[in-house]
Amino acid sequence: MIPELGHFALILALLVALAQAILPLVGAAFDQPRLMALARPAARAQFLLVALAFGCLAASFVANDFSVQNVASNSNSELPLHYRVAATWGSHEGSLLLWTLMLSGWTLAVSIFSRNLPQALLARVVSVMGLVSVGFLLFLLFTSNPFERLLPPAPEGRDLNPLLQDPGMVFHPPLLYMGYVGFSVAFSFAIAALIGGRLDATWARWSRPWTTVAWAFLTVGIALGSGWAYYTLGWGGWWFWDPVENASFMPWLTGTALIHSLAVTEKRGVFRSWTVLLAILAFSLSLLGTFLVRSGVLTSVHAFATDPARGIFILAFLALVIGGSLTLFAWRAGAVGLGGGFELISRESSLLANNILLVVAMASVLLGTLYPLFLDALNLGKISVGLPYFDAVFYPLLAPAVFLMGVGPVTRWRNAPLPELAARLKWALAVAIVTALLLPWVLGRWTPLIALGLFLALWIVTSTIVNLRQRLQSSHRRGLLAKLAANSTSYYGMLLAHLGVAVFIVGVTLVKGYESEQDVRLDTGGSVTAGAYEFRFLGVTPGPGPNYRALTGTVEVRKDGQLIETLRPEKRIYNASGQPMTIAAISTGILGDRYVSLGEPLANDDVRGAWGVRIYLKPFVDWIWVGAFIMALGGFLAVSDRRYRLAVRRRDAPASDAAASVAAAE
Amino acid sequence: MKPRTRRLGWILGGLAVLGVAAAMVLNAFRSNLVFFYTPTQIAAKEAPQGRPFRVGGLVESGSLTREPNTLIVHFRVTDTAKTIPVTYTGLLPDLFKEGKGVVAQGTLGADGIFHASEVLAKHDENYMPPAAADAVKQAHEGMTMKSLVQTQEGGR
Repeated sequence: MIPELGHFALILALLVALAQAILPLVGAAFDQPRLMALARPAARAQFLLVALAFGCLAASFVANDFSVQNVASNSNSELPLHYRVAATWGSHEGSLLLWTLMLSGWTLAVSIFSRNLPQALLARVVSVMGLVSVGFLLFLLFTSNPFERLLPPAPEGRDLNPLLQDPGMVFHPPLLYMGYVGFSVAFSFAIAALIGGRLDATWARWSRPWTTVAWAFLTVGIALGSGWAYYTLGWGGWWFWDPVENASFMPWLTGTALIHSLAVTEKRGVFRSWTVLLAILAFSLSLLGTFLVRSGVLTSVHAFATDPARGIFILAFLALVIGGSLTLFAWRAGAVGLGGGFELISRESSLLANNILLVVAMASVLLGTLYPLFLDALNLGKISVGLPYFDAVFYPLLAPAVFLMGVGPVTRWRNAPLPELAARLKWALAVAIVTALLLPWVLGRWTPLIALGLFLALWIVTSTIVNLRQRLQSSHRRGLLAKLAANSTSYYGMLLAHLGVAVFIVGVTLVKGYESEQDVRLDTGGSVTAGAYEFRFLGVTPGPGPNYRALTGTVEVRKDGQLIETLRPEKRIYNASGQPMTIAAISTGILGDRYVSLGEPLANDDVRGAWGVRIYLKPFVDWIWVGAFIMALGGFLAVSDRRYRLAVRRRDAPASDAAASVAAAE
Repeated sequence: MKPRTRRLGWILGGLAVLGVAAAMVLNAFRSNLVFFYTPTQIAAKEAPQGRPFRVGGLVESGSLTREPNTLIVHFRVTDTAKTIPVTYTGLLPDLFKEGKGVVAQGTLGADGIFHASEVLAKHDENYMPPAAADAVKQAHEGMTMKSLVQTQEGGR
């Protein structure tokens, strides 16, 4: 019964989505308040229906209902409860349902928190989101029904992919999707602005918090995915330039450009067309990411689907959304206008340069990801694009972008004379350069790349200090606390996010510069030295787990002859699928990780014989993810800014009035 | 500066930067492409020597041997028509098994042995890397595809 209820709820959701997509839009076109007023209840009803469907699927997983195809293929009665819940979105169908749920959730949030929006704008935004939802619901119902029954029912499920049986994988997809789908709000605002022909600073202030929140979620989602790869794939890498990772990185790069361009549009009213284009691009890339990961065109762990009908559907949907919105853009961009001018050296130009660098970086990822697929699809041969390409492209593109991160926030809007700017930043620059040149000597090895990485990180920190000091000095209030309180939270959010980038760069630079990786053959009792540590392998012991059998290795770590810890890496064989899995033992610290994982038994006796073992030292690797979390935190802090809530409270105030108050707050 | 001259300066400057960036990206792209060859193609001497490429197919049953006291392994990759001997130093992935699909990246030595720097097996028991599956399929159909890629290689 429950699966049928879920299926029925999905069908109803499609009908509601159709109404939501069409009626308010028509109402806005012909100025019919009663039609436009349908936007809110439709959004609410759709959310409830999709949530009901999702709940039904989750219930089927929890109850081990193996008469449902999806459950039988992706779960198992031995699977612990929390992973059965997570298995709801572990499959192709389930993850698309999660996508749709997120979309209806975002739509609901927009309809609740945007009460100050002009009715026509809200109607259009909700309609556009409804259109996207129609596409996804059709896709679910016609090609990927998560409630498909299996007759006769399977006696036992095939189990969730062991790689996904991990806490990181429980949270990674929902957070990633929150980000992906969150860009649909920015997209819908952009489309609504194109249709309405009105795009100004107020519009930018409305869409800004949504975009920033989506970006922050995406940042956390990507970081979790990267952390998961680091400790589950068992070979200590944290980013592989795998197409699946690229699929989430492209919207992130575009989204980063978008939040900066939105800032300029809000503060200065310029870059309007560019902002709209970025909003379209960011969401299109989110859709493309979904397509790449979900249609089975990639050869990767995420691509479970192999049904060509799905691929064609998503491709057609993609063409419709991207083609349609770009056509609309070409037709209406003129009405939106470009905005005012600015000088060569100004905050606008540094943000513009930053935007261009980010978009070029995104395009280079796109090329590296899609070109092999095109060649393959056209039967022109199989190729792959490896790590060296991305390394060769990313350092030169992102180094200047990061340098500009230090310059931009200190630079004045409109016109900033170069001598004045140089005078302001000279100490920050000098300190960053000298420290970056000396620090690698202290750390043990000097290479240009390490020095460059450290310089960029330090530069962000020193220029941020200059920026903050300048703000405090120019404040008329008395007392440090009062001066600090005079700045908006969105300003501190920006500083925090930038410092997060600095922390991230420190992590990347030091782990790439000083890591040590050894794959060694160790007999029981054998030992190997890495850095200041001695690792002694004491053999493996077999033992059972909840739904797997494990061989657990014992590795003692000594420093200066003193035992400091015992690491227990595992090799698991899952009962249901028979799939092997490596669980690394990682000792985490602020200065770096000690990482040990079991490779393979090298002798016939896998308990007493020799093993291949990976012994890695990963200095400062955790700074990578901590940096990403700080960036996201900065995003959330920025959104908590008073001025976004102020606008909500004064919902009856005319838009121009609200804009004036913001201008005054600046 | 007049606004018009300034705008022109902007556009020219922007185009120049974009041009340099595009040239850099495309150059890095061209020099880092890794081509894929099947054992049959390698046997027909279509694969380059010295330049890294990928080979895919099945790990031939019974071909896996380890050198004692090292991490050096030898195995043969087959597309069921031809085989190529591969040597690799390091730990093999979890899903590496005789009779299963594999893709290896490395260079072809003058001795006809493929020296792998990387061995990939995919993350699902029932799943064969498409490149490996393709190699087997091509061998079955008895065709050696002269791809555009190779034509370019020859022309260079």
